[in-house]
Amino acid sequence: MNGTGAPGWPDVTTATPPPSRTRHKGRLFDWRLLVGVAVVGALLALSLATGVYDIRGADDGGEMFAITRIPRTVALVLAGAAMAMSGLVMQLLTQNRFVEPTTTGTTEWAGLGLLTVMILLPGASIGTRMAGAILAAFVGTMVFFLFLRRVTLRSSLIVPIVGIMLGAVVSSVSTFVALRTDMLQNLGVWFAGSFTSVLRGQYEPLWIVAVVAVAVFVVADRFTVAGLGEEISTNVGLNHNRVVLLGTTLIAVATGVVTVVVGNLPFLGLIVPNIVSMFRGDDLRGNLPWVCLLGIGIVTVCDLVGRTIVMPFEVPVSLILGVVGAVVFILLLLRQRRRG
Amino acid sequence: MTALVGPNGAGKSTLLTMVGRLLGLDAGTIEVAGYDVTRTPSKDLAKIVSVLRQENHFITRLTVRQLVAFGRFPHSKGRLTVADEEVISRAIDFLDLTELEDRYLDQLSGGQRQRAYVAMVLCQETEYVLLDEPLNNLDMRHSVQMMKHLRRAAAELDRTIVIVLHDINFAGHYADHICAVKDGAVVEFGTPAEIMTDDVLTRVFDTPVTVVDGPNGPLAVYY
Amino acid sequence: MAESTVPRIRTSRTLPTPRARLRYRIVVSTLVVLAVGFTFGLLAWDNPMPVGSDGFWRIAELRATNVVVMAVVAICQAIATVSFQTVTNNRIITPSIMGFEALYVAVQTSAVYFLGVAGVLAVKGLPQFVLQIALMVGFAMLLYGWLLSGRYGNLQVMLLIGIVVGGGLASVSTFMQRLLTPSEFDVLAARLFGNVSNADAAYLPVAIPLCLVAATLLVLGSRRLNIVALGRDACTGLGLNHRRETMRVLFLVSVLMAVSTALVGPMTFLGFLVATLAYQFADTYDHRYVFPVAALTCFVVLSGAYFVMRNVFYANGVVSIIIEFVGGLVFLFVILRKGRL
Repeated sequence: MNGTGAPGWPDVTTATPPPSRTRHKGRLFDWRLLVGVAVVGALLALSLATGVYDIRGADDGGEMFAITRIPRTVALVLAGAAMAMSGLVMQLLTQNRFVEPTTTGTTEWAGLGLLTVMILLPGASIGTRMAGAILAAFVGTMVFFLFLRRVTLRSSLIVPIVGIMLGAVVSSVSTFVALRTDMLQNLGVWFAGSFTSVLRGQYEPLWIVAVVAVAVFVVADRFTVAGLGEEISTNVGLNHNRVVLLGTTLIAVATGVVTVVVGNLPFLGLIVPNIVSMFRGDDLRGNLPWVCLLGIGIVTVCDLVGRTIVMPFEVPVSLILGVVGAVVFILLLLRQRRRG
Repeated sequence: MTALVGPNGAGKSTLLTMVGRLLGLDAGTIEVAGYDVTRTPSKDLAKIVSVLRQENHFITRLTVRQLVAFGRFPHSKGRLTVADEEVISRAIDFLDLTELEDRYLDQLSGGQRQRAYVAMVLCQETEYVLLDEPLNNLDMRHSVQMMKHLRRAAAELDRTIVIVLHDINFAGHYADHICAVKDGAVVEFGTPAEIMTDDVLTRVFDTPVTVVDGPNGPLAVYY
Repeated sequence: MAESTVPRIRTSRTLPTPRARLRYRIVVSTLVVLAVGFTFGLLAWDNPMPVGSDGFWRIAELRATNVVVMAVVAICQAIATVSFQTVTNNRIITPSIMGFEALYVAVQTSAVYFLGVAGVLAVKGLPQFVLQIALMVGFAMLLYGWLLSGRYGNLQVMLLIGIVVGGGLASVSTFMQRLLTPSEFDVLAARLFGNVSNADAAYLPVAIPLCLVAATLLVLGSRRLNIVALGRDACTGLGLNHRRETMRVLFLVSVLMAVSTALVGPMTFLGFLVATLAYQFADTYDHRYVFPVAALTCFVVLSGAYFVMRNVFYANGVVSIIIEFVGGLVFLFVILRKGRL
């Protein structure tokens, strides 16, 4: 087991030492990253050009472009980067590779918060809805971290199992509430992550998550130290609780906002950091831009596939991500299994 | 009593768990008392050799006596006879657990729990007993107690005990034979007197060791 | 030796002291009394005919199907969950998250998706019922066979993969659900929540024998389950083939879960709730004693919930959701308690 923030020093000292996090300032913007940026840029351009509406031929093509295509592509960038970063933060804080908002119940909590606001205040503004989702996501993530702290775990794989169970509990509450208020089918529509309805005038709150991405860049190292446990953090002069609180807040904001504006993006936070560390090793600082890029890239590809596969209809991104993510997750598990 | 010693990662525990058929073999065969461990049915082997590793499984609401009684499983398949109960009582008394026998496992200290597990494997009444680092997490007093119990089990109950030890001095004092393992191979085998020498230990552990005469026999000094 | 100084009988019985035996007997009797009481209540309450008359029995017979269904579900869920938790060495997960429910939901949803409202009828009937069970057991065996055999067999990896596959199926189902018309969805929604009245009396001739055979095999293997609970190494050391035993138990668990799910629909936290209660009630490690308590508790919870909901709150449909909710709360409580897993 990797130290999961649980008290008790023996397990921290027996855990494998943290991978060397040497800074490679010069390497941060090497040619490979530039190639990556170019590829993702091309994908985004493709996303701008893809759609049923003929933006070049029609008279109001330019305006439609500004109303639908640009917001949609910006949303892809923001949501993809934010969810990938949230996954990374959770993995750093828990020192567990299999943790991300979908495997800890955070997404389900955000959904419950959104649903509660919708029922109590039917005409609530998007700001209020987001506040509800963020608050619930925060509470849910804290519950999960509390659980990790109190329980001594024998295996890192138990963590996602408990997290998914927790998510099931929360979503059964949501389902119950929705069933009683005849909103069950709508629930599916709200929570399924989709960029279809992202239009100008509706997606702007998503810019909030850009702040999250920047904040992660600034404080990522502290999350690593905090993940090693309270004793080690205190030993190096870090206020453990404050860092965990900060991390939880960032995760909650990203998950809450994305859930309200876009919907669920399952497994994104899990597969992106894992894939990056598979081909780049565990150099945190060097990996950060890659995590961002790959998150954007994967969401964009899934969105493009969703848009084109049954044209002129759309398959929600969350369905594609759910299936692809599940397959990648299983491959990661099998890899881990082989290494014992 | 034979002690397996060697540096970290030398393969002591692997060897022991393979002999105890907890781990499959990559190649070759292992025989215990003339039985091939991979071919002999596991339930027959359980009457010939017993093996104990560091256990971290916790069963709630299980008393010491009930745990020790599990040692009779190979013989009784869970249906305890009067004779089984006597064997259980003897094993418990042997390890000084009489007063604790009705306590639940989660009410015990680490050392006591370790003793309860050892009582379980002794209760299995096998000719060979394999123990993987039974002194782990035990303090000086409990380590010495454990070694004395095992010594008595070897002498009075006529068992062959193979034990993985970290502390060469425990091995030197209590074991009849010492088997030094290094890089996955047995490099030395002999009586404590033969193994407890400067050059043998230095070679096995890759660190300068001096053997001095202590009040109760030779002592390895390595710091 | 010490025997002379300790004047009591030394025994390794499961309930060594008279007090423990008395306690266990009281627990079982209380549960039996409650079970009988609720059964009688469900059959006789609000029965317009006088007790014992022909009319009374006719009405009671109609209601008896529900009680039998509850008994089958109770045995399935209780025995399956306790056995599953023992072989996985983990007291907070339930077998229902292993994809059984996701598969059931996917079957129901795709029936409605492809065939419309008629689809609900298309998946009703004995052959379809048997097919669903076969599908679920087949899926489970595929998973176990693939992931538990071979050199890198690992139970936890298998669990997670089961959950994730279930999650993938669930996201496909959700997608299909949102394309349904509201009226189709309403028809489907009724089938997506565990409900005793989902069961058809025609299923019982298949469900009862399957449930009884699987449950009996598990109960007869109680002594071996006690050994499996010690963990892989100790279990092997005592001469029991851990992997074979695990596979055997998981197969029987999958049969029980498939029967229960195909009969009444998903009941995610019922098993968890009941197993957690049963460990407290039985207060022993021994499966021979835990199993009866668990099955009785499960029946009492189910029948009690239905009785109270029907006759006190007049809300028949929400029973399983209430049980799920309580189970979920207990789950939260249990994971936030200090301990180790």
